[in-house]
Amino acid sequence: MIRPVILRLMALRPATLGLVALAVLVLVLPLVISNSFYLDLVIRIAINAIIVLGLNLLIGFAGQISFGHAGFLGIGAYASAVLPTHFGWPPLLALIAGAAAAAALAAVMAWPIFRLKGHYLAMATLGLGIILNLIFRNEASYTGGPDGMAVPAMELFGLQLSRDRQWYWVIAALLLVSVWASLNIIDSPFGRALRALHGSDVAARVVGVDIARYKMAIFVMSATFASIMGSITAHYVGFVTPNIADFFHSVELVTMVVVGGMASVFGSLLGAVLLTILPQALATFEGWETVAFGAILILCMIFMPRGLLPTLAARLGSLRFAVARLRAGRSAGESDS
Amino acid sequence: MMARTSTAPATPVLSVRDLSINFGGVRAVQNVSFDIASGCIYSVIGPNGAGKTTLFNLITGVYVPTAGEILLDGQPVQGQPPHRLARRGVARTFQNLQVCLNMTALENVMVGAHLRLDRNVLKAAFRWPSLRRADQALHQEAAELMRFVGLEHALEARADAMSYGALKRLEIARALAMKPRLLFLDEPAAGLNPRETLEIDELIRKVAASGVTVVLVEHDMKMVMSLSDRILVLDYGKKLAEGTAAEIRQDPAVIAAYLGAGAAGETS
Repeated sequence: MIRPVILRLMALRPATLGLVALAVLVLVLPLVISNSFYLDLVIRIAINAIIVLGLNLLIGFAGQISFGHAGFLGIGAYASAVLPTHFGWPPLLALIAGAAAAAALAAVMAWPIFRLKGHYLAMATLGLGIILNLIFRNEASYTGGPDGMAVPAMELFGLQLSRDRQWYWVIAALLLVSVWASLNIIDSPFGRALRALHGSDVAARVVGVDIARYKMAIFVMSATFASIMGSITAHYVGFVTPNIADFFHSVELVTMVVVGGMASVFGSLLGAVLLTILPQALATFEGWETVAFGAILILCMIFMPRGLLPTLAARLGSLRFAVARLRAGRSAGESDS
Repeated sequence: MMARTSTAPATPVLSVRDLSINFGGVRAVQNVSFDIASGCIYSVIGPNGAGKTTLFNLITGVYVPTAGEILLDGQPVQGQPPHRLARRGVARTFQNLQVCLNMTALENVMVGAHLRLDRNVLKAAFRWPSLRRADQALHQEAAELMRFVGLEHALEARADAMSYGALKRLEIARALAMKPRLLFLDEPAAGLNPRETLEIDELIRKVAASGVTVVLVEHDMKMVMSLSDRILVLDYGKKLAEGTAAEIRQDPAVIAAYLGAGAAGETS
């Protein structure tokens, strides 16, 4: 009875299968979770996952590193806090304004950088993140300084988002759309151009890819995306502090990409899950949690340098290959590498 | 056929005039001039370090020349970046492979069609029907090209799991996906066994027969001599000789460069 179903699922592309599995998980989770602490945790994981998806397009697929993505989150978060509070803007307009500001800033900064070769983007974004953090910390009359400020509730089509359940569905939908869109982009002319310039920039250039423009496009996109998610985080939490734009938050996001698996959409999700849960789970170590956290990351990178999901998938793939070979009942004459 | 045999074709697809590049004090290419007629197979030969690959890099925009002119259909293009030249139908392969190992073989070929596709990212994100259809058609086309270069067995392969010889052909398939008018092949037969070399030879003939002008850098003299309509010989960055295979074979300067000055006296 169950065999045909499994066979049909096996026939799907792994990406489609993953998306279906994620959709099922998203639908089932609220039925299982009754505790509001866990619901909150799930929502935070989903928010991180969406941010990391955008960052992975930049880092994993296009090969460009940003150490200032928390800064772009901060722009969105503070746009959504400051503009409605001090200037009476509607939240949705504030979100869009924040996203536009992040896009403009990313574009202005990236323009000269992508004319150069090398890891200048990492350096420049690091600086930008720190500067933004300082601005949020010091412009106390607008931002409340280090203490942060309250963020008014998000309104969507006259409906106020206040309860966790409502937020859950909004963010779950966003997550599914983001995963779907990421998978689509990767498997499109635009996505192939990005991956090609990562694989060999000279090859990409001679087939006609304007690599500076493509790097710029993906950087601006992921910055815009981060800003939007910053706005959403601010509205969801109802409060924003400069910590959202902290350098360590940027590093944490990059770590999620790397641990989960560079250039792996579902790896991003796994990275977000692990690195959001891990600090909570390690709280029992009392004071040693940072050490444990670091040790786990180091071990991950030593034994799974390509990231969790790609490594596991490769292991599974070779296992499946071995099984198929056994079934075929012949030792392979040809090399499998 | 007149254009193929005439020494001064009416409209050369590519003209190079006094091209030079210096890397610091090293004068890698010095005052090189030549014309390539449309539809022919043109080979560039010379000892290691003669400047053949540098010449390719100059013409395809990877390097910017120190001096000289490169005319594509009579229009100067020197100093233009590779992606601009790609738009004008210039394609190339690389001596030291430039394959994107983070992609599948088929995707590498598909990247070659970059300029012919709708690159809109929003349409891509939401699976715009026209874009999906074009991509599916391209899928077929790329598979076709892989068969054309003899990679039918590698349709599902990841690029990083392919042999050296297969990657050489993959680069040719990617270049052909650009539908180029001018194809530069940098040592397509290097590192291949005799049977594979023969297959590449046949492949180049097929490509040229389809109307693409082929420019070849190659060390396999048997292949160069049998394939080429014209041959340019470089030595120490300078043009040593140019002509048909028969002319080059008799040229005392060429014989001297390849076999040593003493041998030149014996054979001529």
